[in-house]
Amino acid sequence: MKPRSIAVVGAAETTRLGKIPELSVIGLHADAALNAMADAGLKPADIDGVATAGESPTAIAQYLGITPTWVDGTSVGGCSFMLHVRHAAAAINEGLCDTVLITHGESGRSRVGAVRPPRVASSLIGQFEIPYGITNPPTQFTIPALRYMKTFGVTEEDLALVAVVQREWAAKNPRASFKDPLTVDDVLSSEMIAWPFRKLMCCLVTDGGGALILTRAERAKDFPQRPVYILGSGESVETPMISQMEDFTTSRAFRVSGKKAFDEAGIGRADVDHLMIYDAFAHLPLYGLEDLGFVGRGEAAAFIRERNTAIGGRLPLNTNGGGLSYMHSGMYGMYALQESVRQMRGIAPAQVPDAKVSVCHGVGGMFAASGTIIFTNQE
Amino acid sequence: MTRLLPEPTPETRHFWEGCQAGELRLQRCADCAQSYFPPRPFCPACASRNVEVFTASGRASLYSYVINHRPRPDVSDQPHAIAVVTLEEGPRMMTNVIGCPQTPETLVLDMPLTVTFEKQSDEITLPFFTPAKG
Repeated sequence: MKPRSIAVVGAAETTRLGKIPELSVIGLHADAALNAMADAGLKPADIDGVATAGESPTAIAQYLGITPTWVDGTSVGGCSFMLHVRHAAAAINEGLCDTVLITHGESGRSRVGAVRPPRVASSLIGQFEIPYGITNPPTQFTIPALRYMKTFGVTEEDLALVAVVQREWAAKNPRASFKDPLTVDDVLSSEMIAWPFRKLMCCLVTDGGGALILTRAERAKDFPQRPVYILGSGESVETPMISQMEDFTTSRAFRVSGKKAFDEAGIGRADVDHLMIYDAFAHLPLYGLEDLGFVGRGEAAAFIRERNTAIGGRLPLNTNGGGLSYMHSGMYGMYALQESVRQMRGIAPAQVPDAKVSVCHGVGGMFAASGTIIFTNQE
Repeated sequence: MTRLLPEPTPETRHFWEGCQAGELRLQRCADCAQSYFPPRPFCPACASRNVEVFTASGRASLYSYVINHRPRPDVSDQPHAIAVVTLEEGPRMMTNVIGCPQTPETLVLDMPLTVTFEKQSDEITLPFFTPAKG
């Protein structure tokens, strides 16, 4: 993708986040989409591309009254929206459509109109993982962590500190689910979920949604909001089975996606002012910092301990509070993208002063997929 | 309560028949010699269809795990480890480590393990691992 050829001109989350029992899944998609269209000053007739995950793009287009010439239903988990941004940018540059709406909505907590994916006993996961007692992400996503911890001497305190530092960011955000200060001891005395992971090292389960609108950069100045340009993008997948991940101390999908995005953007790690790393669990920012090349292998825990990612640090990370404190509906990637856009517009609750480049890195499934978007507010 | 059990497919049937016979059956590429798991009728390293089934040694080491404190009722009513082991032949597989306390003190990464089989139903016997003797 040609850097800065595509811009985000509309971005919004659902009117409320957290517990929204009055809206179903598709209603959450629509609430976010209407907010994003209002943000961009657009109507459904102005939209000619639709991308979504969870729901089908067909359902979203019909529900909102959109007649698209391009759709994308890529659904690889919580980073699907990073992939939608990337695919939409390519589609717009190819002339397949001009103005793309990307929507997310999930009733993670209230489960209104939500469908749980079936367990299929004949699938490879059904045959070779489910019989051993895996349940939901807390017993799958977490399995590699012990190997990572042993390899690099990372402790339970280090994991706890990830949650503590992100809570400091959340405290500045009125929309964050959890804002009260947290200590390492609080985290280490919270309920044991799947050793070594305790409850406060695991993401929230909430309701919410978000939507983005993208178009050609040369049109971007005609919109009411400050344009946010796409500087680079990457994506990859590795395996749907956590047991078959190549190396439990590093994610291949993270490395491939991150490198692609930085190569495309033509910038270095030191050029990054703001970073989002999808944090379904406390170990993910550690893998992300290393696999994206911000620190060397095994250095992420010390980097966080030295407060580089905290308020006032040189690489502000997960400034909305993250999936651990802000919100997590199930496919959190959309909220990471929203925070990057807010930071680039200069309107984030915990705004990073003069931030010009934001990297937004998502994970899908359990280290199964990855998407990386690099944003800038510089034309 | 019976565990959620696998439903073998044509591509995996040899593995599950092996478990019934007390053998851990892997596959190996006859062209590039790569051993692999889970089962498929071609080599994931070189895409050759020239592959063979062989019986693994059953020796493995503990690669990583969690201890699930919210166990699925069909598996256990106590916290238990969900583990990934590295087989001597190279491939990794998910399993449970049984026959020992389900504690961090007992379950030490890289500890040697041996396969053991437990019948679950007329069709399905699952491979588990236990700490190696000696």
